Amino acid sequence: MNDMLRLIEPLIPSLRRYARALAKDRAVADDLVQDCLERAVSRWHQRRVDGDARTWIFSILHNLAISLFRQTGFRGKHLPLDDADDAALGQPASQEDQLKYSDVLGKVSQLPEEQRSVLLLVAVEDLSYVEAARVLDIPIGTVMSRLSRARERLLVLMEGDDKRVVPLNPRLRRVK
Amino acid sequence: MTGRPITEDDLHGYVDGLIDGTRCAEVAAYLQDHPEVAARTASYAKQRDTLRAALAPIAEEPVPPQLNIARMLETRRRPRISKWVASLAAALSILIGGAVGWSLRGAVQPASEGVLALAQEAADSYGVYAPDRVRPVEIRASEGKELVNWTSQRLQRSVTVPDLASSGYRFMGGRLLATPHGPAVMFMYDDSRGTRLVVLSRAMAVDQNMPMIPHTRGAVNGFAWADKGVGYSLVGPAAPDVLHSIADSVRDQVKRGI
Repeated sequence: MNDMLRLIEPLIPSLRRYARALAKDRAVADDLVQDCLERAVSRWHQRRVDGDARTWIFSILHNLAISLFRQTGFRGKHLPLDDADDAALGQPASQEDQLKYSDVLGKVSQLPEEQRSVLLLVAVEDLSYVEAARVLDIPIGTVMSRLSRARERLLVLMEGDDKRVVPLNPRLRRVK
Repeated sequence: MTGRPITEDDLHGYVDGLIDGTRCAEVAAYLQDHPEVAARTASYAKQRDTLRAALAPIAEEPVPPQLNIARMLETRRRPRISKWVASLAAALSILIGGAVGWSLRGAVQPASEGVLALAQEAADSYGVYAPDRVRPVEIRASEGKELVNWTSQRLQRSVTVPDLASSGYRFMGGRLLATPHGPAVMFMYDDSRGTRLVVLSRAMAVDQNMPMIPHTRGAVNGFAWADKGVGYSLVGPAAPDVLHSIADSVRDQVKRGI
């Protein structure tokens, strides 16, 4: 169990960050992390010894978050791009970092959940593509295509005020 | 050049620092010739930086008390054990603890020497100098020759500066350091995003030849090894596989240089 403390404790700030980016609400996010840690404590012995602790704990957290969102219908407000109105997309640009940051987080929460997870795990939590595939239990090719779509879409969202950019990229069309 | 065509995956790998040095150089060369793709790739990188900066403060917050994992482990263990089992266990653990403690008396500080100690020294130095914005290095890369002469004289061997340009890291300079095992030289590098890496090298009394071992401290990863009595450790906040390939390149260069 000492290994557990040594391997998992340093990851708690990252787990909180990932949970917050998914759930946005601080209390909801920390509850998720708490559930995740409790689950990890009780299942530590079932963990594959050769497995990586970081991907293991991130997959627990991710699955808890997804099942919470499914149960409660609670998730970041998601607007399909085509349906989004001007007010949702065209936030005024600002030089202030704070505004820029809350802007980017707002845009990220408009991404479909599956794209957002990949982007956050890779670009923020520094997981490799293989690790992200393991956390999300999807093939690495799917990680790459979701990452690519997330980045393209986020670019369009971030340049949302510029109308000309929106219809340019046919890859972004939702097929759902 | 491998001649393999550049893929979208390579562009993402380039942005995320997840491709090896050779491929990275190939992508960089490709981007020079394709300004539109370069602009798109730069937007991805900028987007990545903004996102990281926006979320960074969350990971800096103090961890709230309900997320104290040490306490969770405690409360989980306690109620399971009945009283007499607990006292028996306590008695046993004192005996075993004493015995184990005695048998491990030399080993309680496992990293006091060898490559593990070197790895710690490198991580310590990284912790002190890498965040330094004023004077991270004593002698700058522009006076590289002076740095090499000085450190070679102090370390009593010919010191060479590994070139990490193919991995996207620029040599910033270096300094001499004191370690419990004598003088060491530290070289520092940074990439276009300001991410810094440190290479520490010193003579090894223990572990004169050791294969590469990974080490981690918080978000900082490292690889340490020793070759013919000289130890090296590369430390930085890059992903382990990225750092590993850079460490391989440092080791190859040192081997060729000797």
